[in-house]
This record gives sequence, C-alpha cells and structure tokens, in this order.
Amino acid sequence: MSAPPAIRLEGVGLDFGSAPLFRNLDLRIGAGGITVLLGASGVGKTSLLRMLGGLEKPGYGHVVADDGLPLAGRVAWMGQQDLLLPWASIADNVMLGARLRGDAPDRARMAHLLESVGLSAHAGALPATLSGGMRQRAALARVLYEDRPVVLMDEPFSALDSITRARMQDLAAHMLARRTVVLITHDPLEACRLADTMLLMSGYPATIEEMTVPAGTVPRAVDDPAVLSAQSRLLRRMLQ
Amino acid sequence: MTATMLSHAGRVIRPLVTLAGLVAVWWGLARWGHIPPYMLPGPDAVVHALWTQRGQLGPAALTTLEETLLGLLLGIGAGSALAIGMALWAPLRRWVMPMVLLSQAVPVFALAPLLVLWFGFGMASKVVMAVLVIFFPVTSTLGDGLRQTEPGWMDLARTMGATRLRVLLHIRLPAALPSFASGVRMATAIAPIGAVVGEWVGASSGLGFLMQTANTRFQTDLMFAALGVLAVMTVLLWWLVDRVLARALYWQRPHVDVD
Repeated sequence: MSAPPAIRLEGVGLDFGSAPLFRNLDLRIGAGGITVLLGASGVGKTSLLRMLGGLEKPGYGHVVADDGLPLAGRVAWMGQQDLLLPWASIADNVMLGARLRGDAPDRARMAHLLESVGLSAHAGALPATLSGGMRQRAALARVLYEDRPVVLMDEPFSALDSITRARMQDLAAHMLARRTVVLITHDPLEACRLADTMLLMSGYPATIEEMTVPAGTVPRAVDDPAVLSAQSRLLRRMLQ
Repeated sequence: MTATMLSHAGRVIRPLVTLAGLVAVWWGLARWGHIPPYMLPGPDAVVHALWTQRGQLGPAALTTLEETLLGLLLGIGAGSALAIGMALWAPLRRWVMPMVLLSQAVPVFALAPLLVLWFGFGMASKVVMAVLVIFFPVTSTLGDGLRQTEPGWMDLARTMGATRLRVLLHIRLPAALPSFASGVRMATAIAPIGAVVGEWVGASSGLGFLMQTANTRFQTDLMFAALGVLAVMTVLLWWLVDRVLARALYWQRPHVDVD
C-alpha cells in the first residue's frame, strides 16, 4: 500500500436538483486517520463521500490529494449495505476487485484476510447463508483485499445490532489503521469511539464544523467516561 | 410420511385430479351431450387415434420439436445479443427498439404466409416464425434486468477500477439472470405456437400440418390427438427448461407456492 494521502476540497460546489448542497466548500481530510462525518439526513454527507471517491463530480471546484497524485485507483468503498454479490461465494466476493480488473486473484491473501476477520470457515459459503455481522465482516475483508490508502465508508454498520456494531467498530479500527478513512455515521457513540477528527455538517448549503474528539487512541472503549461525555455533548449539539 | 413428501405428492396429485375432472366433463359431454363425434370426439376415440396413428404422430412431433428447439436456440441467442448490445451501447436501443416493438405489433398469423413465401415450405420458415415469437420476451426481460443492476454494485465496481466488459460479465449479466429466466420460461411456452402456425400456413410435416390435414378430412380425433401431443411436449419442454434455470439460479430462494 502506498502512503495514505491527505485530501483537500478546494472551493467545491454541488447542487442536488435545484437545491444547493455545497457552495465554495473548503475542507482538509487528514492523512492516515479516521475522519468521521456527522449530520442530519439529506445534508449532503453521502454526496461529499461520493465526490471523494470520484463517483460524483463537483459542479465546480476541485478534490485533490495533497501528494499531487490522482485519487482514482487509490480509494476503496464500503457502503450502507454489504454489497456482496449473492451468486458469488464469500471468497469470490473478497477477490471481486481482482476479477473486475482482470488481475490474477491472490487466494493466499484472500484466505489470510478471511482469517483476520474470523470468516475462514465460510470462504465457500454464499452471502445469504451468513448473518448481517458476518456479511459486513466479509465486506471489510473485500475492502482490505483492495489494499487502498484511502477508505470511504458510508454508514457501514448502521444495519447491525448494537453488540455486533461495537465489535465491527473495533475490528475496522484495527484493520484500517494508518489509512486515510472517511466514515459517515449517524451514531454519536460510533463517532466518539472511532474519530481522529470529527466533522459536523449542517445547513443548506452545508457548512462544516470541527468537533472536539475525546482523548485516547482509536478505538476508544464503549464505557470510557470521556467517550460517554463526548457522546452526550455531540448529541446535544446535533439536536440544536 | 414427512411434510416434505406430502407436499411433493400434493404437487403431483393436484394437477392430475384437475386433469381427470376435465377429462370426465369432456367424456360426459361427448357421450350425453348430443354432440356429433366429428365435432367433439370422446377421450376414448382420441386415445384410439393416438395409438393407431402413432406412425404419423411420432415423426410429426419430432419435426415440430426440432423447429421449436432451433427457434428457441436462435431466438434466445439473438434476443440476448440484442439486449446486451443495447445495454453496452445506448444509441442502439434508441435505433432498434422501435423496430423490435413494430415486429410485435404485426400478428404472427399475418406474417406466416410471407415467411413461407420467403423461406419456403421447409423447416426454415417455421424456425423464423418461432424466433419472431421468442425474440421479444427475451430481449425485453434481459434488457430490463441489465438496466436495473443495483447502483451500489456499479459504484463499487467503479472504485475498483473495473472495465465495462468485466462489469457486464461479473455483475450485470448474473444480476439480470432472474429477469432473463422469466423471459426464457415465457419463450419456451410460446415457441411451439410459432412453429405450429408456420406449419398451418404451409408445410409438408409437423403437428400443425397433421392437424390441418386431419381438419380437412374431418378426422377430429386425430386433430385432438395431435393437440394432446403438442400440449404434453410443451409442458415437458417447459418443465425441463424450468429445472435448468432453477439450477442456474442456485443463489435464489426456491419458488414460493401460493396456496
């Protein structure tokens, strides 16, 4: 994996239909850490993430990496749903990127990653036979197989129960360490556990406010008093 | 006996009971309905014709089956190729789709004499007829399936640096398979219609040809026998295709029976 870059949005503007989502937005996403994006539904979080991933073009302005190299080909994506192909085994889903690019699949690497996420015994299984948590772990293994320095995650754990979600947060934080990660979430606790940088989006067009993150290294414990107090503060701020 | 075995037995027995009921009504009408046998022969007369005329019915059924299978193969192939072409290159859809729709607006009965004139009395005109009937459901269902690929998969493929052809092969085509399977099932059920219509208009063999000659000679029992053979052949072919498709769509849940 190449060194994780910081990403800059320079004077970016984007409309959703006739509604302005962003106007001259400037933002810097730090390198090699987890930046959490919070905000009400419809404020433009997913659009921002899609611009970072090259899936949507800004109406004006630029999205650039601070090392001067293009972002295309250096980004891995994890969506709200696991997006596993239902006809392919878990192993084939993990190696999907190689297949789509015409590269030779690296089975040893796939096996190692499945072992890391605790799915070795399910390599040959179809996604429909796995639980929601297992499917998200498979999706995480697929992201790791891509071995990209930038990882974009759009509410990846929102469909999971709270216990599975907490476990997935721990796993993701360990596996994605030292990458530039942008994570969208609606869950203040998730934000406080995982964020190196926490950004709150609000308004139309959106403005971005940087929030104070609790002390300690990621992933912070669920019962850490600093996390719980930061969670309350964040929730209060989001309700304003 | 387990619940599964009972369910399987029920699946076989229910249509048989319905069929037996229909045959009983038919037999009652033929026996007591004061309908002359040249208009409605009884089931016994039809079974008799089926046995005594087996020398004619067998080769005729083989001809129709051959035309149907060839029509299915070519129709599914051509329909799929057009749907894939339209999915890969949008202008093709805008240019060709109106022609495809037009081909369906003209009744196949109206085209049959022309096709016999152009392709002759042999197998070719019947195969073309079957292809014309099959083409639309296959193009339409596969085209719909290819256009409705889950957007999240397409986003994922873009971030992975996939080529269009590989996205088609590994994501869009498998995702469109359930929709395509519906088209193929529909095509299998209607393919014999194309072949038989062609035989009615001009042929020297086949079940349609046999029905037409029996009709002109008032051999209604033979007509019914040919119709029965055609129906059984179509049902068996559909069943076989359905089994193959169910295997190809191994990741889908089994069909849900609505009782």
